[in-house]
Amino acid sequence: MHYLFEPGLFGSGPVRTALLVGAVVAITSGVIGVFTVIRGQSFAGHALADVATTGGSGAFLVGLNQFWGFLVAGIVAAAMMEGIGVQRRRGRDVATGVVLGAALGAAALFLYLGTLQTSTTGASFSVLFGSIFVISPDTVPALVASGIVALVVVAVLTRVLLLTSISPDLARARGVRVRTVGIVYLAALAVSVSLAAVAIGAVLSTALLIGPSATALRVTKSPGWAMVTSALAGIAATWLGIVLSYDSYYWPPFGHGWPVSFFVVALVLVGYLLTYVKRPRRLAPRSPHEGAECFPA
Amino acid sequence: MTNEAAQRSAAAQRSAAAQAMPPGARATGPDLLTLDDVGVRLGGRQVLCDVTFSLRKGEFTGVIGPNGAGKTTLLRVILGLVEPSGGRVLIDGEPVNSKNKAAIGYVPQKLVIDPDMPLRARDVVALGLDGHRLGFAFPSRQRREMIEAALEDVGAAGYANARVGELSGGEQQRVLIAHALISRPKLLLLDEPLANLDIRSEQEIVAVLARLAREQQIAVLLSAHDMNPLLGVMDRIVYVANGRVATGSTDEVVTSEGLTRLYGHQVDVVRVQNRVLVVAGEQ
Repeated sequence: MHYLFEPGLFGSGPVRTALLVGAVVAITSGVIGVFTVIRGQSFAGHALADVATTGGSGAFLVGLNQFWGFLVAGIVAAAMMEGIGVQRRRGRDVATGVVLGAALGAAALFLYLGTLQTSTTGASFSVLFGSIFVISPDTVPALVASGIVALVVVAVLTRVLLLTSISPDLARARGVRVRTVGIVYLAALAVSVSLAAVAIGAVLSTALLIGPSATALRVTKSPGWAMVTSALAGIAATWLGIVLSYDSYYWPPFGHGWPVSFFVVALVLVGYLLTYVKRPRRLAPRSPHEGAECFPA
Repeated sequence: MTNEAAQRSAAAQRSAAAQAMPPGARATGPDLLTLDDVGVRLGGRQVLCDVTFSLRKGEFTGVIGPNGAGKTTLLRVILGLVEPSGGRVLIDGEPVNSKNKAAIGYVPQKLVIDPDMPLRARDVVALGLDGHRLGFAFPSRQRREMIEAALEDVGAAGYANARVGELSGGEQQRVLIAHALISRPKLLLLDEPLANLDIRSEQEIVAVLARLAREQQIAVLLSAHDMNPLLGVMDRIVYVANGRVATGSTDEVVTSEGLTRLYGHQVDVVRVQNRVLVVAGEQ
């Protein structure tokens, strides 16, 4: 165990903050990600992350905490995507080519202006690839609270989201306001992406949103278990990533820890690939027709 | 009484009630659904006009017509998903509102459920009970029994715990019927439930629906482009073509003269060994 948990790991304040925030981020991303995958909205998640980059870098430029930049930009982007109709193919193309391009262009400008101010590359790195070890303790309550709000919203909408994912018409015929539900869900997704952007960076937040959920969907078959498994897989990847990153201080190049985001994303990938090593036990019992033999000629 | 025994005795009561009824008695009572001179315009085009017919409980009705004739639109008007441009849709004698809409169960057409969807057959049926509500559903014995009874009713109990996306088309169709059935509708609307099914599944689904109409006195309204699988069970046909409908018994409606009038060009109805073919005639 000594080899994994280096001395002083749990005594470190930043590590404890990182573990707490990491858990909140993993649970939020894991649960909300399940719906992102089944609603086929991975693209929307990624688009939100791109626009969040602009917000994060803008916030840095004006001296605000990045989280607020991520959050405001994410919510604005969610509203815009609803306007463009990002669920339609044409809407997606427009969003990719025009809106996301413009957003990332603005992010490039903000980050460049940021380096002029401080003459370090710290801002670009933490906006793009996360800053879980340098979260200031006074933003922790806001992070935790946002995560809880997003989770409560999605919990309240769980059944409606599932019904809509079977068929929007079916939901509409039962009196569900499908469009309103979609907008509220997108807002919760924006919060979740902002949290993940703080932890592992705006450009990588999609990995934490989609990876654990996709893994969970391969090994579970009911909605409740998919959410639990996804959250646990996310926590495992995040915590192990934090521990490995701390340990990597003693790895070459000595004295420089490797980024947490690298480990988290790599572990998410490993977890997903593991589901392919052993084909999941066939979840459906065999169909009655399957064992049927050929009719004699 | 065990769960299973309770279901069996409930099923027995239903079938006894159905047998006690004299033949022809099922289509009595007041109208459950009435369409009165309904017209629909979509995108400036008149899709349906002068649609008038009514259904009573326990009746099995086929909405038959070629692709693009307006069958789906007709069902969507009844569901309140499309506003008619004229006429009235009445359920139990009253205009469709959020309250009497609960009497309609619906199985939409062409559902493609991804194999990754984390829903078992029983989860899909549970969503039929309260999927439109906010918040959580807490598991209870009563809830579980209702879900199992609905799956039993359509012969899907054997794959209650299978992922719905991994089931065959016919099996998914049964699960979706159970989903529509669990809220105890008086009227069951199915949009092309037989499309893309093999012949055996097709016959099985028709048999399940005919039994539900008979035993549970549900009015079944089903759209199909081929009427043949339904000939033995349909009490009434609503033939849709050219934006208009003709309704009555199959023998009354499906005639060369009647359909020629409806289509607006020569159509021949050919009967071969109790099957019906509708073919375009010589111009």
